[in-house]
Amino acid sequence: MAGLSGGLAAFGRCTHAVVRALPESLCRQALRSTAGPEVDFARAEREYQLYVGVLRGKLGLQVLELPADESLPDCVFVEDVAVVCEETALLTRPGAPSRRKEVEAMKRVLESLNLNIVEMVDENATLDGGDVLFTGREFFVGLSKRTNQRGAEILADTFKDYAVSTVPVHDSLHLKSFCSMAGPNLIAIGSSEAAQKALKTMQQMSDHRYDKLTVPDDAAANCVYLNIPSKGHVLLHRAPEEYPESAKVFEKLKDHMLIPIANTELEKVDGSLTCCSVLINKASEL
Amino acid sequence: MTTEVGSETEVKKDSEQLGPDKAKDKPEEASETPGDQKSREASPGEAQDSSVPAPTSQSSPSSQKKEKSSPESKGISRFLPPWLKKQKSYTLAEPKDEPKKRATGEEQVVEESESQAQPRKSLEEAAENQENAKADDKEKHSISSAEIQPSKEDGKETEVEEVAEKKEEKQEEKENRETKEVQTAEIKIDNVPQKSPKKIKTVQCKVMLLDGTEYSCDLEKRAKGQVLFDKVCEHLNLLEKDYFGLLFYENSEQKNWLDSSKEIKRQIRSLPWIFTFNVKFYPPDPSQLTEDITRYFLCLQLRQDIASGRLPCSFVTHALLGSYTLQAELGDHDPEEHRSDYISEFQFAPNQTQEMEEKVAELHKTHRGLTPAQADSQFLENAKRLSMYGVDLHHAKDSEGVDIMLGVCANGLLIYKDRLRINRFAWPKILKISYKRSNFYIKVRPAELEQFESTIGFKLPNHRAAKRLWKVCVEHHTFFRLVSPEQPPKAKFLTLGSKFRYSGRTQAQTRQASNLIDRPAPYFERTSSKRVSRSLDGAPMGVSDQSLLRDFSAAGGRAAGDKIIDLEATGQDKLKEGGREEDESPLKTPQLELTQDGKKKGDHIFQVKTLPGKEKQWIAMPRIAGAKPEETDKSLEEEITSILFSKERFGAGTSGPFAAASPGPAEGAAGEQTGAAAPGPQRHASRTEGPCTGVSDADKSSHETLDIVEEKKQAEFGIEETLVVDETNKGKMQVATDAGETCKVEHVSKKDSSSLPSDSSSSSSSSESEDEEVGEYLPHHRAIEEVIREEQEEEEDMKRKEHEENTQRVEAIPEGSKLNVPVEHTQVTAEDLVQENTVTVAAEEKNLSEQIKQDLGEEKEEEQLKLNGDVSHVDIDVAPQLICCSEPPVVKTEMVTISDATQRTEISTKEIPIVQTETKTITYESSQLDGNAGGDTGVLVSAQTITSESISTTTTTHITKMVKGGVSETRIEKRIVITGDADIDHDEALAQAIKEAKEQHPDMSVTRVVVHKETELAEEDED
Repeated sequence: MAGLSGGLAAFGRCTHAVVRALPESLCRQALRSTAGPEVDFARAEREYQLYVGVLRGKLGLQVLELPADESLPDCVFVEDVAVVCEETALLTRPGAPSRRKEVEAMKRVLESLNLNIVEMVDENATLDGGDVLFTGREFFVGLSKRTNQRGAEILADTFKDYAVSTVPVHDSLHLKSFCSMAGPNLIAIGSSEAAQKALKTMQQMSDHRYDKLTVPDDAAANCVYLNIPSKGHVLLHRAPEEYPESAKVFEKLKDHMLIPIANTELEKVDGSLTCCSVLINKASEL
Repeated sequence: MTTEVGSETEVKKDSEQLGPDKAKDKPEEASETPGDQKSREASPGEAQDSSVPAPTSQSSPSSQKKEKSSPESKGISRFLPPWLKKQKSYTLAEPKDEPKKRATGEEQVVEESESQAQPRKSLEEAAENQENAKADDKEKHSISSAEIQPSKEDGKETEVEEVAEKKEEKQEEKENRETKEVQTAEIKIDNVPQKSPKKIKTVQCKVMLLDGTEYSCDLEKRAKGQVLFDKVCEHLNLLEKDYFGLLFYENSEQKNWLDSSKEIKRQIRSLPWIFTFNVKFYPPDPSQLTEDITRYFLCLQLRQDIASGRLPCSFVTHALLGSYTLQAELGDHDPEEHRSDYISEFQFAPNQTQEMEEKVAELHKTHRGLTPAQADSQFLENAKRLSMYGVDLHHAKDSEGVDIMLGVCANGLLIYKDRLRINRFAWPKILKISYKRSNFYIKVRPAELEQFESTIGFKLPNHRAAKRLWKVCVEHHTFFRLVSPEQPPKAKFLTLGSKFRYSGRTQAQTRQASNLIDRPAPYFERTSSKRVSRSLDGAPMGVSDQSLLRDFSAAGGRAAGDKIIDLEATGQDKLKEGGREEDESPLKTPQLELTQDGKKKGDHIFQVKTLPGKEKQWIAMPRIAGAKPEETDKSLEEEITSILFSKERFGAGTSGPFAAASPGPAEGAAGEQTGAAAPGPQRHASRTEGPCTGVSDADKSSHETLDIVEEKKQAEFGIEETLVVDETNKGKMQVATDAGETCKVEHVSKKDSSSLPSDSSSSSSSSESEDEEVGEYLPHHRAIEEVIREEQEEEEDMKRKEHEENTQRVEAIPEGSKLNVPVEHTQVTAEDLVQENTVTVAAEEKNLSEQIKQDLGEEKEEEQLKLNGDVSHVDIDVAPQLICCSEPPVVKTEMVTISDATQRTEISTKEIPIVQTETKTITYESSQLDGNAGGDTGVLVSAQTITSESISTTTTTHITKMVKGGVSETRIEKRIVITGDADIDHDEALAQAIKEAKEQHPDMSVTRVVVHKETELAEEDED
């Protein structure tokens, strides 16, 4: 059954993934917080293909790939436009105006999955999915440049079963720029001061005690956890070539099936591993 | 409570009161009290009388009184007849129906009071006649002496005149009131004959049960909450009852938990007695409940919570929970029986849609085979995961005036803004919970890098709400975190604030107890929730009750207040009798009376005081009582500001007088409050013409009283604020007080020890009321619990009602109005001062600290011993609180704690403060003595911590006395925190602090200096 009955055992369960191809406009026009080297589109594509390949081939998910839209340079980062929890999907109103149209395609695909869809229509609300950390027990929402209080409230209204706590995010783009779930009760967290502070905040806000996995690099703390029936705990994490020290930390997770994935190009435009997919657990029987 | 009951009491009272009426003031009340007491005592005997028609009953009470009281009192009965006759004749004019009586009876009181000038007069005359007899009575019971009489006499005469004139003076107001009451009583009596005698003793209670049915029973009017609760649980066949409680509604929305340990009538202020049986503590893991029946009731509660929207859930969860409800109540889905719309009769959600019902039906089918008990368990397993499960929400505002919700739950306190959780304070992190007026404070353990506890304040809609929240917190903490409930703080010298503690079993205890349950699973019928759900219609249970209540109150108006008061008066009797049986009774009585008369505490306390035998005070106090009411009304809201104001005044001139005041026998807490009146004259010498013995002075004195009272509060305020319990020092009491502390301890040892005991009861009297403005609760320091102090208070709500009347009358009186003006003015000033409070305080603190330093050195030893022996924290205001006007001033000393605003600064809970800091620690140690600091384990003889604060520095002095191998060693650890911007020269401040420390303790050597520097870095905000 859906809902709370799933409990923790179901955390990370996933049957479908929504992804979106990269537009070439990404290289030059994608939003980025810091100027830097230009994105190597070819390489970015290879990395993306590997990512999708793992989800589809290795993990057996049904991957729904939306076509790229050149007018939406950031459209590959699908995570930001929808928050899906159990049977309900919240279509967000991204903080960056240039990204708001990304929602449309996402809406169509989610509708095709028969999810309960909630749209964020309040014009005062902004919410990027990258600021939403769902732990299986509750939500943490980063209040960042992209996400505001109102957006968080709407999230709370949408997912009424869960506590929604707000976490100030100052130094990075999103809350999940430095953290993510690495297991049912495990928060991967970066080592930066901002990350640690945010973690403290989350710990204070929660009735529950999470384990934490501290990795040296903030960017590496963003990983993708999945619970695949045939494979158990699966963790997509940043490749050792990129973050060797952090990779070593991940490698200590003995119970996890570890899949290193490079994300060097999209990282240039603030992309991280979770950004590139919306994971959906579609209960088959109902 | 039932009017009828009240009426009888009143009657008795009244008969005796006649005398008292003359004396308008406290003395009166005091006198009443004895009468009441008698009546109470008589009550057993009266049971027989109960069958007798009213007239008889009237006489009977009095006669009984006689028996008990004295031969003298017999005279009273003789007087009664004429009196009664008059009354009756009057009464006849107003026909009353039985049913109406309750409501109307009270109304009548009001009406009559106005219209009955004449009857009153007659009454009063009669009263005069009787006066002598009564006076005797009084004397017997209360120690009131001849001295009291004069004042009374004056009062009477005045009253009579007044009646004739129909003009009312402040002083007389009270009298009038009393008179009214008497009349009311008469009327009631008339009615009584019609009523069944039984009603006199019992009150009917209605309890709305979770399954939507109603349980009613008759309770003795003085029954405690526990009696009713037990009855209900018995009715429900419920053994694991500690998770449940009885709610009653105050006004419309405010729900209050009935305190089992207190009498119902002292908690619920209006008739009828309607309660709802509810879950009070939501078990975090319902599967650990022992019996299915308990789970069933929990389910019923949750269904209500969900259907009403109090417990939000998602669509999916609504559907799922609904399907379990169906399974539990209907059993397996039967396609034949359960047609398409069978579901729509149930309500699963506030906004139930067709889609949801379909989903529910769909899920229902999947539960085939689950027994009702299993379905309930599944229901609970899902419901308990809801984030708002078991969260008791309270509206509040944060320091910036932003609307937030405070949610109390098993784990702690949650802060919500809209639906977002913006902060959370787990119980282990909370060091102290307190409320002051409408402010609610929590003191939280310092975070990792912080050194000091921070206090976070929230503004509740009103002080009752603040107290309610505080109580809920205390109860939840106790229930879920403690193994056994704490004992309520004992009546202590200078103990202020609510003594409320959770008195039931804790979760641990109830689990233990339920392990012992050895009975076959009780059969119970699961009522279909159709009815319940529908009747709820989204509204919480008890709404209908509320409307009833409202109607009632509308009808009864203030009358209700009167009645209650009367009943309370009975309580007073106890006091008078000298039976200070419990802390509670004294307290409550005064308060209730306040409600009635609109008197200030001082008055009540005054009464209390009389018990010990201070008769002289009577004279002065009564006057005050008369004048006060109106002022009180007005000042209620402003008191807090006044407090601050008075704070300032302390600095200015207070200290002088106090010091000068000769320490007389300490009056105890009672004195403290009572004292409010006395100090006035002295302090405001400029305004006051002299001791307020004369009638003419009465008004003035009353005015002063007000001020003083406020001052007193201030002192407490300070104390409360500064009180710091340092969890880290286990077992050590760290009292953060300012310089005043030394003094206070000293005083205590000198004077109070002897006199206090007797007074303590009276002091306690202040604590019981429902309206204490202050309460503290230290979740982690059970040993130090006594620290809880409180300030008792007038009741705002009830009082206001009463006061409205008074005030109106008062306004007619020129004198009164004059008096008011200054008061108001003062208060306004106070408000202004509030903002500047910090500065003022700081200045004053210096002065105090000077003294203290000296004292500190000298008294250190003594202090420590004291403290050690007595874990409890004793506060004494530096300012003498009590002065007897008619005698050489009795000065009671208390500690005046002055804290600046920094401690109270409210931290915005909007977001978690993230401050970048840089810290460095430098330690200088002298090699010589340091060895001691290390592993040596001596025997800790005493530990004490004193904290003083000024604007930029906080000095915490921690004194420990150890005995090692027969050698005692005293270590003084000073922690000086210098806060401020760059413009403060920290080094200089540090040097100064070290220097001061050396000067302070010339005989000691500095062994270690640790400098811990924490610098806040500029926050990087890219926005």
